[in-house]
Amino acid sequence: MKPPPFAYRAPRTLPEALAALAPAAPGTGSDTGGGGVGKVLAGGQSLIPLLNMRLAAPERLVDINRVAELDTLEVTGAGVRVGALARHARVGRSAEAAAVQPLLRRALAHVAHPVVRNRGTVVGSLAHADPSAELPAVLALLDGSVEAASAAGRRTIPAGGFFLGPLEPALLPGELAVSAFFPALPPRTGTAFVEIARRHGDYALVGVAATVTLDAGLRVAAARAGYLSVAGVPLVLDLTAACAGADAVSGGGDWEDAAAYARERVDPESDIHASADYRRHLAGVLTGRALRAATADAIDRAGEGR
Amino acid sequence: MTEETFEIELTVNGVRRTARAPARRLLSDLLRHGLGLTGTHVGCEHGVCGCCTVLLDGEPVRSCLMFAVTASGHEVTTVEGLAAPDGEMSPVQRAFQECHGLQCGFCTPGFLCTVTALLRDTPRPTDDEILEGISGNLCRCTGYQNIRRSVRRASELIAADPASGGPPAGEAGEGGR
Repeated sequence: MKPPPFAYRAPRTLPEALAALAPAAPGTGSDTGGGGVGKVLAGGQSLIPLLNMRLAAPERLVDINRVAELDTLEVTGAGVRVGALARHARVGRSAEAAAVQPLLRRALAHVAHPVVRNRGTVVGSLAHADPSAELPAVLALLDGSVEAASAAGRRTIPAGGFFLGPLEPALLPGELAVSAFFPALPPRTGTAFVEIARRHGDYALVGVAATVTLDAGLRVAAARAGYLSVAGVPLVLDLTAACAGADAVSGGGDWEDAAAYARERVDPESDIHASADYRRHLAGVLTGRALRAATADAIDRAGEGR
Repeated sequence: MTEETFEIELTVNGVRRTARAPARRLLSDLLRHGLGLTGTHVGCEHGVCGCCTVLLDGEPVRSCLMFAVTASGHEVTTVEGLAAPDGEMSPVQRAFQECHGLQCGFCTPGFLCTVTALLRDTPRPTDDEILEGISGNLCRCTGYQNIRRSVRRASELIAADPASGGPPAGEAGEGGR
């Protein structure tokens, strides 16, 4: 249970970090320390367990914990931009972030345990791209994006193109995810995050994040849900048609059409924690719960003029 | 090829300590083997059990999920640093003793560090806040009920003597937040 050896660099600025991450050119060997592909270490709450269990053996770790310019949390009317070093705990505590995009705080309450959230980072969780994790589903549901930087330049990767497979983000060798952007919640829109886990703080057997937008007559105008642990990547379903015209004030009915729609489209796998059938069942149940809660939240917000 | 080592300098329980270690040395191992502070226990080594929890700049963290080299330059408080310099136990430690919040004691250092920070941030926690606060620490002996009582009792002890809540002065500052 000890990590394998690796070359280690602890840059203090972003350019230094990008230089340390750049794939070593042939023949330059020791200059970048260890050669090969560099791996970013931020909070380490997913990476270090993998190293301890020797499921990963990167040649070179670039520890960005001293790159102060990445420790940022910017909230504007457009949304929340989270820097690569912002810990879950900081983002979850931010009243400004919760006001602009409440789903972020709701989801963060389900990320592991408070002590893990003190170290783990939001961007690190996205870059880890675990389909059972909460934040990738949130980014995908909200159509957020990840800003990636490398020695060659910068690019913005939309959430829809960021998660390629389990633990496979669309980051190229030498690229660092420097921030993630979570768009603001539109008016008359409510959110919910529900999940079922074997034990509180474990990865969810199934989790659902939902947004519900009401029209001026308080009927459901749009409903979307993001699913975790039901596919190799976060799955986003547009449930608007299945919820069409539901009267939010009366609770929106039983949401059974939406639940059935979700059951048909998820593609879960069986593992030691739950069978695929059970996960499919949970996806339906949680779809109803998430839509009900998001609708109630939307009514509250609409009543407050938000 | 010999493994590269790094100079690590950190303040542990108010005392400046230095050590040399490879980058892959976990903070938990540096504390135990490099610095002889064996009060920090190592259970699962992948962040599940919470036994190795220490305070980093006042915030509880898993010392098995952090490299010692990353902690360089920071302040660490271990269970050895919770009591007063004269050995008088902290309110959290006294409460765990009074309420039998431990049996074998293996998980106790992690609980004590976690609860010390919990009560600093939330001096009068609700039952739900207590459960959420200690949810990341496993105990195989007590069934948690006495630990929950201990947290409640510690909250009372701190309320009766507010100056006694945190680790000794100089620790648990706002520095890392």
